[in-house]
Amino acid sequence: MSAVAPALRRYRSATAEPALVRWLLIALSIAFLALFLVLPLVTVFAQALASGVQAYFAALTDSEALSAIKLTLTTAFFAVLFNTLFGVAAAWAIAKFDFRGKNLLVTLIDMPFSVSPVIAGLVFVLLFGSRGWFGGWLSDHDIKIVFALPGLVLATVFVTFPFVARELIPLMQAQGNDEEIAALTLGAGGWRTFWLVTLPNIRWGLLYGILLCNARAMGEFGAVSVVSGHVRGISNTMPLHVEILYNDYKFAAAFAVASLLALLAFVTLGLKTLLEWRHGDELAALRGKH
Amino acid sequence: MSAIATSPTSPARTPRALPGLTLTLGFTLTYLSLIVLIPLAGLLLRAAGLGLEGWWKVLSSERVLHALALSFGGALIAAAINAVFGTLIAWTFVRYEFPGRRLLSGMVDLPFALPTAVAGIALTALYAPDGWLGAPLAALGLKVAYTPFGVILAMTFISLPFVVRTLEPVLAEADRQYEEAAATLGATRWQAITRIILPALLPALLTGVTLAFARAVGEYGSIIFIAGNLPGVSEIAPLLIMIRLEEFDYAGATAIATTMLALSFALLFGINLLQAWSRRWDSKGVAA
Repeated sequence: MSAVAPALRRYRSATAEPALVRWLLIALSIAFLALFLVLPLVTVFAQALASGVQAYFAALTDSEALSAIKLTLTTAFFAVLFNTLFGVAAAWAIAKFDFRGKNLLVTLIDMPFSVSPVIAGLVFVLLFGSRGWFGGWLSDHDIKIVFALPGLVLATVFVTFPFVARELIPLMQAQGNDEEIAALTLGAGGWRTFWLVTLPNIRWGLLYGILLCNARAMGEFGAVSVVSGHVRGISNTMPLHVEILYNDYKFAAAFAVASLLALLAFVTLGLKTLLEWRHGDELAALRGKH
Repeated sequence: MSAIATSPTSPARTPRALPGLTLTLGFTLTYLSLIVLIPLAGLLLRAAGLGLEGWWKVLSSERVLHALALSFGGALIAAAINAVFGTLIAWTFVRYEFPGRRLLSGMVDLPFALPTAVAGIALTALYAPDGWLGAPLAALGLKVAYTPFGVILAMTFISLPFVVRTLEPVLAEADRQYEEAAATLGATRWQAITRIILPALLPALLTGVTLAFARAVGEYGSIIFIAGNLPGVSEIAPLLIMIRLEEFDYAGATAIATTMLALSFALLFGINLLQAWSRRWDSKGVAA
């Protein structure tokens, strides 16, 4: 006994940090996170309520705020819907089949993440803006893309492009084809196999991808800012409405709308943590995919 | 990135047995072309239309050069800050137990989930000369908001999760027997950390730093509020693109945008090469 104890202590001291160092590192981490994450969040809510609860709700029920909320929901709905359909199709093709150029395709799908949101908006203005490639044709036919809903959806789709696909591809690759082949062998058709076999297998990963895609879609600012034209009550999403209020020095109102978006971030993080906790083994994100 | 495509469990045995390749691949390629490839090609085509001379005319302006330098330099500094603190945070999350660890760990992704405009006005309110942190800092003579420091601060915030999230799984799976062996052979803890643990983390760290850099360099929403946007001082390249667009100066916007894209992709490509090289070197080391 007496001989083991010092040996154990020596072993511990060699494979772990001294308690003082440990606590110092923990304190440093907590301080950094508090400074960078907690304080900004507290600021949002403190500033939002700075002019009182009444002003807070007045800012949220203002007609421009309401139309911004509606536009954000509409834009995010379409963007998430399109990218979900795309993500499932791309994952099916990439995970279930072998073909040439697959690596290139995966790289291209990831590309929008390395493009500045402002450039994502710019490319659509260059195509559909009044002086863009198709600008003349569009105005002749009275079709509005830029400064209207289609432009907002396009820009949002661009910046949230990879979310669902990059969650589903590694997940479906890990799951393999065996269950689908069994279903087909037993006489199920392709669609039936997808709905009854594949979809139940990927549902949590799919939900995870949709969750992240939606959070980014509702909060996107740069890309949407380029294509919106900032027409109040018409092409203003919530983040753009925050900017306008802020630039008008209506700080409490700006932070009130911002607090709604912060709440969305909370809900997203909560659901995300719940999914990771309950269904972690079915999520590709937790398998160290990088 | 390439790990997605070449999973070892990828079934190649009976690839033709499943239906739907034509449909899904066709849809994937069409959608990718319409949303990403054709719009980006349109940008490149317009840039080609400028010619080298027109492109240089835009770029050689001092204002543009400064904006590009601030975006890329600031992103590098932010990525470096996150390399240090991200490693530290990932380390404490994986190796230590302390109260509030799970809550903090869940919050690390906040910069992903919080809309950038919200982050921008919150950081500005916090660091403005009359803000909770800005006031004491101003008393010390340090101005953060409306200076290039503010730009770096916002970039650090927005790219915070990348290093932590790429290092965590690697640290959690790291085999501790090498550390134990080092200790048995008489290495001090410091030697074990610097010679055994950190080198093993390096590839993941590089990936995390690259992702952080790529995000920070193009960031717009969280920066423009706190930057003050003084031309030649605290004006970032994405904002300058926006300003050129609002002036209907499509040529100017295009030239700056293509330069940003070219620089970003060149850097990402270089880092990918570096990683491929380090992996090769790694496996050689193990073989020998």
